[in-house]
Amino acid sequence: MALLKIKLPFQKRVRLAQGLWLLSWVAMFSGAVTFAVGILLKTELVRREEVMHNNDIHIVPNLLMVVGLASVGINICAGKVCQDSLDTSRFPRWKTVLIPFFCVSLFFTTMLLIAMALSYILQPSLEESLKLGLKNGIRFYKDTDTPGRCFQKETIDRLQMEFQCCGNSNYRDWFEVQWVNNRYLDFTSNEVKDRVRSNVDGRYLVDGVPFSCCNPASPRPCIQYQLLDNTAHYNYEHQTEELNLHGRGCRQALLNHYRGLMNTIGPGVLSAFLMQMSVLLGLRYLQTSMQAVGQENMEVETEGYILEKGVKETVKELKEEMSRFFQGQVDAAPPAAQPKAEPEKAAMPAS
Amino acid sequence: MAVLRVKFTKGQRDKLAQMLWLLNWVSVMTGIILFSLGLFVKVEFSKKEELMADRDFQPVLNLLIAVGLIACIINLLGGKICYDCVDTNKFLRWKLLILPYIICSFFFTGCMLVGALMCYSMQEELQESLAEGLRDVMRYYKDTDSPGRCFLKHTMDLLQIQFQCCGNRDHRDWFHIQWISNRYLDMSKREVVDRLHSNVEGKYLLDSVPFSCCNTNSPRPCIQYQITNNSAHFNYDYLTEDLNLWKRGCHQALVEYYTKLMHSTGSTGLLIWLFELSILTGVRYLQTAMENVLRQGDPESESDGWLLENSLVETARNNFNILKNLGKINQIDTILPAGQLTMVNGRIQQSCITVL
Repeated sequence: MALLKIKLPFQKRVRLAQGLWLLSWVAMFSGAVTFAVGILLKTELVRREEVMHNNDIHIVPNLLMVVGLASVGINICAGKVCQDSLDTSRFPRWKTVLIPFFCVSLFFTTMLLIAMALSYILQPSLEESLKLGLKNGIRFYKDTDTPGRCFQKETIDRLQMEFQCCGNSNYRDWFEVQWVNNRYLDFTSNEVKDRVRSNVDGRYLVDGVPFSCCNPASPRPCIQYQLLDNTAHYNYEHQTEELNLHGRGCRQALLNHYRGLMNTIGPGVLSAFLMQMSVLLGLRYLQTSMQAVGQENMEVETEGYILEKGVKETVKELKEEMSRFFQGQVDAAPPAAQPKAEPEKAAMPAS
Repeated sequence: MAVLRVKFTKGQRDKLAQMLWLLNWVSVMTGIILFSLGLFVKVEFSKKEELMADRDFQPVLNLLIAVGLIACIINLLGGKICYDCVDTNKFLRWKLLILPYIICSFFFTGCMLVGALMCYSMQEELQESLAEGLRDVMRYYKDTDSPGRCFLKHTMDLLQIQFQCCGNRDHRDWFHIQWISNRYLDMSKREVVDRLHSNVEGKYLLDSVPFSCCNTNSPRPCIQYQITNNSAHFNYDYLTEDLNLWKRGCHQALVEYYTKLMHSTGSTGLLIWLFELSILTGVRYLQTAMENVLRQGDPESESDGWLLENSLVETARNNFNILKNLGKINQIDTILPAGQLTMVNGRIQQSCITVL
């Protein structure tokens, strides 16, 4: 009982080949777009590399780039096959190649789905990576004289200004860290000495934030020092003051940015996947219907199907072949003689 | 004595027509490019219109946009004409239209040249406009509670952050204006009252700048208050410290940016003008060659093409006479029925004289 059998007279076969050729061009274009989108995502992730602790999330754009390139190649081949299917003298050379070609194409197409799934699954990992990265960035903000860390200040300042955020979770993160370098602290003054002695680690902690936390939309000049002291500034109450500094933390800002980017990419990738699957399905029908067509009887009506036998039977046959293959390896028995029963995996939707 | 006469065989005429058809399509693309460039520049100007006092740059920008659009239309028409020129029968359809088309295109390319050149002439006006505009915005920086001016602080801060500049000419401009609103000044404090009384206009002047002047490349936390007071900060020398604030003035930064924008637009316009002119020359040669072929009667024969049939002086004189005669036409009864083709000065023309 073949899976989804369709009768294909000669005219329909020709139409299928022509339509498929056109579709393969469109699918090639969408493959190129997937590649470009992968590059875009990778660039965005690399730009903020300094505030990320690990590079786990990079697998998503890498997958997209690989699949995009592979899909361009696959669709060029598919187009060639369609062209040759109209010419019976040229089609036979494809007959042996097509089954492995289907396997490889299916593999790459499922990679697209996997990339999409990973982009959701890896979100917590991205958050952790950003949390650690930002924590380190804030900790090393003051080390503008230490080689390897001297650009942290500029990175964090630019990040806070561009994404309109302050600190890791909010602006209070700056209160727990010494962000003023010792070179600019006057250790002869009592105030500095008191502050340094007031905590165990001997750090100069202030209730102040760097200038990059300032919100340009605030109606008053920015208050960055003595934030918790209402008496230090005229007409100021830190509990109700909202517009003075950026309200959100940089971790949340960056997460939203990347989430938004991946949500925009998602539908595109999904449509590329659907396009590719339809090309492969059409090609499978074309291949199976061309099997009965020979040199002499080009115009004969044939049948096309996805699997020759039903899904369960195909899987059973596959298992038997695999066990035969592994047992009879020494015998060198040719297991892959029947192209029909070849691995069409259960990944195909069951009828 | 024709101007720049060239002989064309049938094959050469066809090649010319095909090439011109292709070039016209390319020119449609460049017209679209010019149009989008004009739109882009217009948007850039409108984004910073709060910083530009009163001068009107809209005519030049609108001219660029219009020129780009008209270039597309003219070149689409030109492409169709050249496509039809390969076949002498189809050429007859266009025969009457082609000369007016060439004349209109010639004047249009003149407009394009004017537009491109005007892009280069804007610098003076731009400088004055920006100087005045920036001065006003800085003056109203503190007025975040006055309707109509409440966004100027935001605009100025974003400008200084984005263009990495401070003040009009440099950061000292902020020392001469009061940029802190009176709402945030504690008038009961001695220090505030002293400062207000220290100058004629009663302004609260400081040697300080807003936070947006801070340079992100500085190794130390930003010093924005008491900038000229070396003793107020540890290990600080106002005269040698150059990484603390942005050094450039916003006037210079904006002028450079807009000048670069206008110059690249002008250069693009000039290149496109040259391209259009060369296409127009080709179309003129094609037109004269096709008309000569028709006059000779044999579609396959060789013919001459030229830019002007007689020399420049003679052509000018002839056209002047025609214009003079047009004025006298009203006094003459019946000359020719309207629409009849006649040979005037070796050119096939349709008489536009109607019977009175």
